[in-house]
Amino acid sequence: MKKLGILLKGIIKENPVLVLLLGTCPALATTTGVISALAMGVAATAVLICSNIVISALRKAIPDKVRIPCYIVVIAGFVSVVQMLMQAYFPDLYDMLGVYLALIVVNCIILGRAEMFARKNGIIDSALDGIGMGLGFTLALVLMGSIREVIGAGTWAGIELTAIKPYAVSIMTAAPGGFLVFGCLIALVNKVLSGKKANKELSCAGCPNAALCNKENCETEAKEENK
Amino acid sequence: MKELIVILMSAVLVDNYVLNKFLGICPFLGVSKKSDQAVGMGVSVIFVMLVATAATWPIQTYLLNPNGLGYLQTIVFILVIAALVQFVEIFLKKFIPALHKSLGVYLPLITTNCAVLGVTINNITDEYNFIQSMVSSLGCGLGFLLAMWLFAGVRNRLEESDAPECFKGMPITLVAASIVSVAFMGFGGIIDKLFA
Repeated sequence: MKKLGILLKGIIKENPVLVLLLGTCPALATTTGVISALAMGVAATAVLICSNIVISALRKAIPDKVRIPCYIVVIAGFVSVVQMLMQAYFPDLYDMLGVYLALIVVNCIILGRAEMFARKNGIIDSALDGIGMGLGFTLALVLMGSIREVIGAGTWAGIELTAIKPYAVSIMTAAPGGFLVFGCLIALVNKVLSGKKANKELSCAGCPNAALCNKENCETEAKEENK
Repeated sequence: MKELIVILMSAVLVDNYVLNKFLGICPFLGVSKKSDQAVGMGVSVIFVMLVATAATWPIQTYLLNPNGLGYLQTIVFILVIAALVQFVEIFLKKFIPALHKSLGVYLPLITTNCAVLGVTINNITDEYNFIQSMVSSLGCGLGFLLAMWLFAGVRNRLEESDAPECFKGMPITLVAASIVSVAFMGFGGIIDKLFA
């Protein structure tokens, strides 16, 4: 039951994109269409599961002080593997995702899960956490991709929707539409989850850089916010 | 010369890294609450982008490519950038404490900033030479600074606005970012028209 909880919490309650507000860059950049959003989600999920497993397995071997560079090396290794597999088997998708595929390395979700979950939990739990978070990420991306593609281009995953096509608002697939849809989706999630307050701001607690970053700065910032 | 100006201007205005390519969104949303912080972050990013490009371009061109190691790009670049940022921080702390005091707090955050890794990779993908790469990095950095600075002003107003309860905080900020992004779309044709 506990294992199921770990698996499911990433999908809605702690959805990395819509609730924790992590990984916003790929969420905005690759959601111009359903297919690229799905490809990005699957690629990031694969990296997330593998890196969670490896970091969890090595959690006693990695010295505490240099853990962040170690995590980055592990993650970068898996990203390169995914890049090469994609270039070999799905060259179209590789071109579509372009630089954002390499940028999975600096995706806050992956580093964040390593820092917050994998280094404290066993291999199986970490793998489940990776699957859950990855699924949550993929679902959020596909949802955003669907909204933007249907409204912006009048198609869904390339299938033409004749009823909507003539009324397509092309700005939704351009950059401003990404910000707009993302903002509205977060507002919707806030509305649905209201009562159980989700953290609305990017705070130090949800930031994987918190360990790297100057602690005093975070504390003074927190104090200022409390005032 | 004209070519370099085109690269610079299009990086600042048309292909703005934050508002058009969605790179570096985390610091854009996180550190844009006050304009002095936003400018500090922007200047640090310009600085790190230039140093990172100066280091990664020769590595890719003279070390990885001749040895057929191009596939190591991602791993090597992120490690070089992380090491470089640490090194720059130590150097500044020791020799220019005043600058370290104003920029130091932002430097560790930049290690995992996707705009920095993005610009170094994009320079290689676009097959720029060394001078062009440096100019494009400068342009991207300036564009980042411009976006941060403008948005800090927008956000000041937003704090006092009366938004619906569920839109308060991040959602309304994103909607505002969308409008600023629309403004930047207006620069779309400017490069072709000005320099054609």
